[in-house]
Amino acid sequence: METAEPISIAEAKFTLSPGQLFWQRLKRRKIAVAGGVILIFLYAVALTAGFVAPFYYDHLNTDYSFHPPLWPRLSGFHLIVPRTEAQADGFVYHELPNDTKPLHFFVCGDKYKLFGFIPASIHLFGTGDSNYPVYLLGADQFGRDVFSRILYGSQISLSIGIIGIALSFAFGMIIGGISGYFAGSTDTVIMRLCELIMSIPALYLIISLRAAFPPGMSSSEIYAMIVVILSFIGWASMARVIRGMTLSLREQQFVLAARALGQSHLKIICRHILPNTFSYVIVAATLSVPYYILGEVVLSFLGVGIQEPQASWGNMLSAAEDVQYLQNYPWLLAPSAAIFVTVLAFNFLGDGLRDAADTKSL
Amino acid sequence: MIPLLLGVSLLTFLLMSLAPGNYFTALKQNPQVSPETIARLQAQFHLDKPWYLQYFYWLANVLRGNFGYSMAYKISATSLIFSRLWNTFTLSLLAMVIAWTIAIPLGVSAAVKRDSWIDRGSSLIAFVGLSISEIVLALLAMWFAAVTGWFPIGGAPGPSFGLSAMQQFGDYLHHLILPALVLAASDIAGIMRQMRSNLLDTLRAEYITAARARGLGEGWVIYKHALRNAINPLLTIFGYSLASLLSGAFIVENIMAWPGLGRLTMEAFFAKDSYLVVDCVVMATALLVIGNFIADLLLAWSDPRIRLE
Repeated sequence: METAEPISIAEAKFTLSPGQLFWQRLKRRKIAVAGGVILIFLYAVALTAGFVAPFYYDHLNTDYSFHPPLWPRLSGFHLIVPRTEAQADGFVYHELPNDTKPLHFFVCGDKYKLFGFIPASIHLFGTGDSNYPVYLLGADQFGRDVFSRILYGSQISLSIGIIGIALSFAFGMIIGGISGYFAGSTDTVIMRLCELIMSIPALYLIISLRAAFPPGMSSSEIYAMIVVILSFIGWASMARVIRGMTLSLREQQFVLAARALGQSHLKIICRHILPNTFSYVIVAATLSVPYYILGEVVLSFLGVGIQEPQASWGNMLSAAEDVQYLQNYPWLLAPSAAIFVTVLAFNFLGDGLRDAADTKSL
Repeated sequence: MIPLLLGVSLLTFLLMSLAPGNYFTALKQNPQVSPETIARLQAQFHLDKPWYLQYFYWLANVLRGNFGYSMAYKISATSLIFSRLWNTFTLSLLAMVIAWTIAIPLGVSAAVKRDSWIDRGSSLIAFVGLSISEIVLALLAMWFAAVTGWFPIGGAPGPSFGLSAMQQFGDYLHHLILPALVLAASDIAGIMRQMRSNLLDTLRAEYITAARARGLGEGWVIYKHALRNAINPLLTIFGYSLASLLSGAFIVENIMAWPGLGRLTMEAFFAKDSYLVVDCVVMATALLVIGNFIADLLLAWSDPRIRLE
């Protein structure tokens, strides 16, 4: 960094850089570390969802509608999966005696694309026979594996959180920086716009934004639309805070020095002012990711987000909206556990980051 | 306040006009409705004009207190909006009362008995409460209602024929209580944490040490001196909590079928009744703006150092 002060080598041995200090404080907070570890695990699973999931997300098996969770059993040294059959009346299943298949690891199954582009068909576990399905978290109305769909849904939820936050925060920082740096009428106009967006209750604004998009979009278009909608709402609050910080930063001498050197306004904002807000931005971003994840869940739940047969935590939960389903097949609520764990992990991590970034406390 | 509402209505109107098709697009498929009828109806609703003209027609009507006619419901939008607005208002108000009456004592006891089991327990519950979404809570509440049968499984208060005013009120409350509880549950965590940190800050103040040095009892110090000052900043988060409350109400209304503004918005959205969507968004914003205004007034009233310009 150009603005860093030169530190003599002797001095450097005894003082920790702000970054090192930050790490040290963060590592002391067990709950934040736990949140971080859970998130790394969740993102790793989401990245390899096709491999970890025993089925592809739209693998239909109408013989097994609303099949309850079925775990492999230990028999001798093997894990075995029993075969089940529906009883004549309704979706009650019973096991067929002496009809089992061993559970294999790295088994061949549905085709999928690893990381989205490598075609593969190896799955972490399974029986390799769709007549002996492993339903860790049961099956939905169409006999699709809830566990697999949660994994595929996590790809959408987890990535929307990150992309949404990156977009809206980048936008919010630049707009906020411009607003605070130039002040005056530019500032007034931008701040009125922010207030306008922030004064509409979020979900009402989301639905009116949703109305501006045509129906019948492809799944990737819908994904992009959700990101755009959520970012459109998110940037305003960020811009306001950054603007406040910029207002005080622009009076600092290093800004004056940069101007005396003849640097352009945009360069001063991006290279000198905004980096000073990073510690705040990182904390705020971590604590805001849950809102983006929940935003996608709500949109998909209300039926205006990710559409079937694509899996998303929101549209999976809308199957549980029928009280009768909910009463008889409670495993349909499983995506809510995934949402809960993810949001909780982000809150834990964000809380720890906030404490660690607070340089005033020791 | 007024320019803000004008801006909100203009923005929503613009967004709705970007949407392809209108309420009559679906009607055009119906062979029983002649194209002339549709053209006549479109002209009647000014849907054949550009969006800014539509906006001025709409604005002129709204300023006269007329929210127009709902194309989808075939009734006056004014009465529709106000009945739904009232339902959202009662839902939010009851939820707020429940949340604050639970959160304030919890936050106070967590701060007073710092690092005790009650502090740790309530902060754990707060973390859980902040992380659980209203969708899940509402679904669980529906399940609870179905299993116990103590509450109606969602829905609106029934028709009021032959019921006394008291029975009507009871029926209304019976339908209202479960959605309000769900909505309150998601609000408690934030208020509680805020209350706790406010009180802890206040307890560190020098006048508290002075009060203790004078030999005042601990109860007197906390409830007479500290608590009064700690509650003041809470009024500022009132506005923030109102915004999340209205968004929460949107979800709860849609899942638990409470006939409020959020549910009406979704219904109007699906029916492509664009004027009605705009009306709903403007009304929800008005509710929020007025709530914030009241919070400001309360703040000025409770803290003489603050002057309203």
